[in-house]
Amino acid sequence: MSMSSKSGTAGLSRRRFLQVGTAAGGGLMLGFQVGGAFAQAPAPKKYVLNPNAFIAIARDGKVTFQIPQEEMGQGVYTSLSQLLADELDVDLANVTPLPAPPSDALYASPRSRRQSTGGSTSIRGFYTALRQVGASGRAMMVQAAAQQWGVSAASLRTESGQVIDDARGGRKLSYGELAPRAAKLPAPQEVTLKADKDLKYIGKSVKRLDAPEKVNGKAQYGIDVRMDGLKVAAIAASPVVGGKVAHVDDSKLKSMPGLQLVQLDDLVAVVGPNFWAAKKGMDALDIKWNGGENAKINTDAIWRDLEKGSQQKGAVAKEEGDVEKSLKGDRFDAAYEMPFLAHAPMEPQNFTVHVKKDGSCELWGGTQVQTATVKAASDALGIAPEKVTFHNFMLGGGFGRRLATDMVTKSVRVAQKVDGPVKVIWTREEDIQQDMYRPAYRNAMSASLTKDGKIDGWTHRIAGGSVIAAITGGKPLKDGIDGDAVEGAVNNPYAIPNQRIEYVQTEPKALNLGWWRGVGPNNAVFAIESMMDDLAKKAGKDPVAFRLAHLGNEPRLKAILQIAAEKSGWSKPLAARMGRGVCAQNAFGSYIATVTEVDVTEMGKINVRRITSIVDAGRTVNPDTIAAQVQGGILFGMTAALYGDITLKDGRVQQRNFNDYRMMRINETPSIEVHVVSSTEDPGGIGEPGCSAGPPSLVNAVFAATGVRIHRLPIDRSLLASRKIA
Amino acid sequence: MVTLQINGQAHTIDAPDDMPLLWALRDIVGLTGTKFGCGIAQCGACTVHVDGKAVRSCMLPVGAIGNRAITTIEAIGDTPNGAKIQKAWLDIEVVQCGYCQSGQIMSATALLNRTPNPDDSDIDAAMAGNICRCGTYVRIRQAIKNAAKSV
Repeated sequence: MSMSSKSGTAGLSRRRFLQVGTAAGGGLMLGFQVGGAFAQAPAPKKYVLNPNAFIAIARDGKVTFQIPQEEMGQGVYTSLSQLLADELDVDLANVTPLPAPPSDALYASPRSRRQSTGGSTSIRGFYTALRQVGASGRAMMVQAAAQQWGVSAASLRTESGQVIDDARGGRKLSYGELAPRAAKLPAPQEVTLKADKDLKYIGKSVKRLDAPEKVNGKAQYGIDVRMDGLKVAAIAASPVVGGKVAHVDDSKLKSMPGLQLVQLDDLVAVVGPNFWAAKKGMDALDIKWNGGENAKINTDAIWRDLEKGSQQKGAVAKEEGDVEKSLKGDRFDAAYEMPFLAHAPMEPQNFTVHVKKDGSCELWGGTQVQTATVKAASDALGIAPEKVTFHNFMLGGGFGRRLATDMVTKSVRVAQKVDGPVKVIWTREEDIQQDMYRPAYRNAMSASLTKDGKIDGWTHRIAGGSVIAAITGGKPLKDGIDGDAVEGAVNNPYAIPNQRIEYVQTEPKALNLGWWRGVGPNNAVFAIESMMDDLAKKAGKDPVAFRLAHLGNEPRLKAILQIAAEKSGWSKPLAARMGRGVCAQNAFGSYIATVTEVDVTEMGKINVRRITSIVDAGRTVNPDTIAAQVQGGILFGMTAALYGDITLKDGRVQQRNFNDYRMMRINETPSIEVHVVSSTEDPGGIGEPGCSAGPPSLVNAVFAATGVRIHRLPIDRSLLASRKIA
Repeated sequence: MVTLQINGQAHTIDAPDDMPLLWALRDIVGLTGTKFGCGIAQCGACTVHVDGKAVRSCMLPVGAIGNRAITTIEAIGDTPNGAKIQKAWLDIEVVQCGYCQSGQIMSATALLNRTPNPDDSDIDAAMAGNICRCGTYVRIRQAIKNAAKSV
């Protein structure tokens, strides 16, 4: 069998060290470790991957698979199981994915070096590693059978969890029967992966393993935790970042039996027998807050800072050619702005915590960062991480919100004051007003065109707060650059001979920042694709043709942009106040070309009529999951472009719930056609990138329909009302 | 004490009349399939059936229900339309994170209960109260149509 991945899987396998042991019940336990605690050989100088996964094959042939990544809807339980089952050669139905316990040593993401589900890294990180784990397990089963029968391993084959000896009448041994013998074998140091033609699950749209329990109410999310003696708390943290509790009037609460007030310096909680009782208790309190200096901050002031920031010279993230010279002549300047955004996953923040009298702590909840969750609890309690036990649950949406651990810390601090386990649940209002917000950005851009309508010079300066600085406790950025904030800008897919990309760290006051689905490229792709549309107009070119003319270095993007134009009927005429907008992007290792069609009423109402999106995510694991992620990602981004705007007044977030922090609904959602093209390139990420395709294709469609360029999101409909086509 | 008829069984619970059905189901009866999303009937995650009709349980006080029959996601598969909807959901892989899907399925089943062959505007009207942050709307629409056509 030949290697099936062009990324050099043979080389990687030499850096691997298999761990073999006996599982409970006498089965085979198999783990992979690269250069970690288990490795006996000297660690190689450079690790390309650091995957660790554990499989147990029981005597009955059932395979349990400790999934290091979190399932938050992106289908990772299924796709990672597909990788394993295919190479191990077992039926997917016999694989049970279980959430791996928190351990960076065992389960760190190969890309982030910590146990973390974000940045569209699961498939990119684990694709080769899990195939090798599976292939190693299969090789050991074959070796065990060869020993038992006294034949050559080369004469045997496997199928559906059995080793088969065709030369001797087709006799069979099941993996379950072989497991005890296989567990005593040394692990193979080299494995050969299946050829593409032999793949059974990889690249196929197999059914999601987590779906059946999500349609009958059985799936357990963190908020569903129940246990004897469990109390439930409602919580109110200072509505102003950095604020403190000034006074709590609990006179009414005192007449409500069975409720406990927890008052800390910056938050208040009411603990009761159920959430309704706790919330009623909270509503009965009169809490006065001292917001401090941040209570003077309004969003306008933050935008003024961003504007000022964008006028300063920033840290140079990339410079090519002679930018000054190229921009000397006829220059086009524009600014594109994105607001603060909340995540608003459907499952409000919550964590269940039992701080025990013996100095240990038990946690129940959903998170994108298992080990960081344990650390947050151990830090809050001043205990060793080993004293913290974490029980992992499904996530009712992540979108980056659960990459932060503030909800863990707050819950632990409340639980310290409570006798027994307590589930701390945030109201939707608390969830929206106490978020780690997507930073607002201002993109100041300039470009020049050659006589034949090609881009000659280009500057892209991004001013905004740094999430990387926020999560590292405000440490100075290396060379002044936030790599996430300029992602997508420094790898702009268009061929531009003279360009400079800058970042100006402009920290907003009074708002905490966090990762938000699509992260840096959301901003960069929005700015670039808006600018490209403006430049196409200036050059007198069709927006698709203008982009294609600049995609000489990006054949994959060029190819899918052509398909998107064709499938969307790009060149077909439309009625007045209708338009199509395009977005071409390269982010998270995947290429996406999207065309959105809208009509805009005379009142300025936008109706999204149709979305067509073509995806080249390289080698696919589950094409239907890719399509689903892109469908959903586009709507996540488009929701923000249409409605998302977190604003501050007197340091307090003004939005409260889904009535004033609006979401797209089914009646606003058009048909979304996603075509996944087949490719033999390395697998790309897919949870994030659909998100950045929504806003640019939408504003460009609005531009085509009305002639009005949108410079700031969300789209101000009053700009679109009763304007005629230019 | 309040007695509720939930999924064909009488449950007598120690809850004040003003407690929303959502919290009685989740925190007292122990049926956690019905989800908390917003608390103000804006997102539909808490949708259950009362006498076969979709209602938002986060704003329905238990004292106002009386003897009417409450059906939750845990038992909707026992009804013909509920089973059809669940199957249609699985057939085209509607779910992602799944948190809103209990409510989506309850709203969709109630739609089929009163409109066996819904068109797009029927679907819009019945489902616009259910938010999905994962953006599964396109598949929800298709699954409802598939369920309506199924026998």
